[in-house]
Amino acid sequence: MNEWLYVALFIIVGLIIPIGAIAAGFIFGPKKPNPIKESTYECGIEPVGEAWIQFKAQYYIFALVFLVFDVEAVFLFPWAVKLGQLGLYAVIEGIIFVAILVVGLVYTWRKGMLEWA
Amino acid sequence: MSFWNDPLRVAADWLQGIFVGWGMNETGAHVLVVFLGVLLLITLLMVLDIFLVWIERKVVARFQDRLGPNRLGPFGLIQPFADIIKLIIKEDTTPGDADKVVYNLAPILSMMSVLILWAVVPLAPVMLGTDLNVGVLFLIAAGAIGTLSIIMAGWASNNKFAMIGGFRQVAVMVSFEVPMLTMLLIPTIFAQSMNMNAIIDAQNVWYVWISPLGALIFLIAAIAELGRAPFDLAEGESELVSGFNIEYSGMKFGMFYAGELLHAFTFGGFWAILFFGGYRFFGLEQVSPFLAILILIIKAMLGYWVIMWVKYTMMRIRIDQMLSFNWKFLTPLSFALLLVTALMNALLASAPTWLYILGMFLANVVTGWIALEIARSATRQERERIEGPNKKVAEASH
Amino acid sequence: MTGAQIIFLMVAAFTLLSAVMVVTTRNLVHAALWLVSTLFGVAVVYALLNANFIAVVQVVVYIGAIAILFIFAVMLTRKDMRDSGPQINKNWWAGALVAMLTFAGLAFLLSGWSGFSKTAAELPAGFDSISLLGESLVSPEAYVLPFEVASVLLLAALVGAVYVAFNPSKK
Repeated sequence: MNEWLYVALFIIVGLIIPIGAIAAGFIFGPKKPNPIKESTYECGIEPVGEAWIQFKAQYYIFALVFLVFDVEAVFLFPWAVKLGQLGLYAVIEGIIFVAILVVGLVYTWRKGMLEWA
Repeated sequence: MSFWNDPLRVAADWLQGIFVGWGMNETGAHVLVVFLGVLLLITLLMVLDIFLVWIERKVVARFQDRLGPNRLGPFGLIQPFADIIKLIIKEDTTPGDADKVVYNLAPILSMMSVLILWAVVPLAPVMLGTDLNVGVLFLIAAGAIGTLSIIMAGWASNNKFAMIGGFRQVAVMVSFEVPMLTMLLIPTIFAQSMNMNAIIDAQNVWYVWISPLGALIFLIAAIAELGRAPFDLAEGESELVSGFNIEYSGMKFGMFYAGELLHAFTFGGFWAILFFGGYRFFGLEQVSPFLAILILIIKAMLGYWVIMWVKYTMMRIRIDQMLSFNWKFLTPLSFALLLVTALMNALLASAPTWLYILGMFLANVVTGWIALEIARSATRQERERIEGPNKKVAEASH
Repeated sequence: MTGAQIIFLMVAAFTLLSAVMVVTTRNLVHAALWLVSTLFGVAVVYALLNANFIAVVQVVVYIGAIAILFIFAVMLTRKDMRDSGPQINKNWWAGALVAMLTFAGLAFLLSGWSGFSKTAAELPAGFDSISLLGESLVSPEAYVLPFEVASVLLLAALVGAVYVAFNPSKK
């Protein structure tokens, strides 16, 4: 429990410091809003169209592939911790685990899902 | 237990004695003492952050054969303070249609995600912040919050460029987390623990000697996570006009900027801890914790210098090249390296130390060389497909 | 009430409040961000239970991957960032009824469990959950088969996603 106390205090102080800095900026800075200042920046010209873009589906594919490999890496962490004491059969099991997912990566690659962009 | 050997314990006990004497109960006093310690560390980090701005500007100037700031104070040392004052007194414009809560929350979360990384950095053999037994994964967890803050910034600004920049940056950060996670497994395998302090303790031989390719891949993935060149497409000044932080001015921008520099320094520190022995230096760290902190800071500065060197030497890579590089080269290579390392670790477990080091080093070199050869032949095929076979080579071989 | 109980109650209240905000807020991206804070609350509960590894994994996988995926999905399907609509459809009373009944049933079942009213025993000193987890994941008497099957499950998820997103005209 004590370990997390330190982390919790770090989170609290880590939130206070930026809030304090931004508050200092808020206090000491001038506040003169006008419509031109508040308009969206578009390289010095008037903004054209709504502020949304056609979101490329490719971002979603990359996030999905990342999710699969993230979960895989998370499974591998306890395996890695115990590897030194377990001998060769644990290594073989880990190789099987990773190999199955590398097959998945190759499949994704061959289907052209990793092209961009 | 003198002050020089264990300053934190001595100071903490003394302060706790004072607080209990004032009538607080034990736990409350303990929490207050820890809180003061955290406040001290974070204040020192922010002061360091200020000087990182100065270091960055001087170093980039020298790389570009010019002087850098030298007007304010000796060697321009007052320059970052002037920058901070400027950022504070700037007007805080918020774009009209922006989502106010998310817009304001993003820089705060971004800075917080960098500051909490220092909770798991062991500064000295007796000054560990927290002895978290999952320190290595904590690194990735803090990175997750940082990724979230960038998406929030890009979306809440209600600006096309900010959105494109934010999404691209997040796509890159998220993609390069896979080789980073895989390379974090390698010190875990060697040290048999995810605890940062245990990893430092186990480094009788620096891990960079037994896994140089791992250190290199970790560095590349870390530079991509940081969003620094050559992977800074999201902030490309000439392409996206500063990407996700277009609409931020004043101290909010300062939080993003200073946070990025501190993040780079922190990753220099983690590179030092995971692969270069952390605060250890041939037994010097046992002399005094202050010396250990100094050693760690020097190593972190060296790592930060390597990151800056890469930034100011290489040109920016396009987003599709970045993602191809990651998913088609770096990720398979990192998995191959992980499996080779695990296999060699098991095979050489009973070998004498010099054989172990030599075996792992050679395994790394061979894996890297094979990967480069595969990449080279793939690019050669690609080039021949586009340009036609190379006539000169064909003629010379007859 | 010990300090640990007070902290747990505060965290639980925060998590429940965030969960309620997820389903009642009008802006979808805000809902995704409230989901992030709910998941973070769950991670804090894990940390309070001394399940360090699970707490960090919760942040890494849920907040770092799944929440990002949710936000991307919301942005993929919404036209406008301020697109919002009423969150409640006219059958909300049926949903609330089912939720209430489920909660009552679960509470009734759990109250018959002996551990419901006792605090958990302290873990032995030096208890290394990660080490035990690692050993049980690869030992043939424990969970090695689910470990390998998990990778097949992940492969299935990946192949399914690629198949759904595959666009043959993209060449």
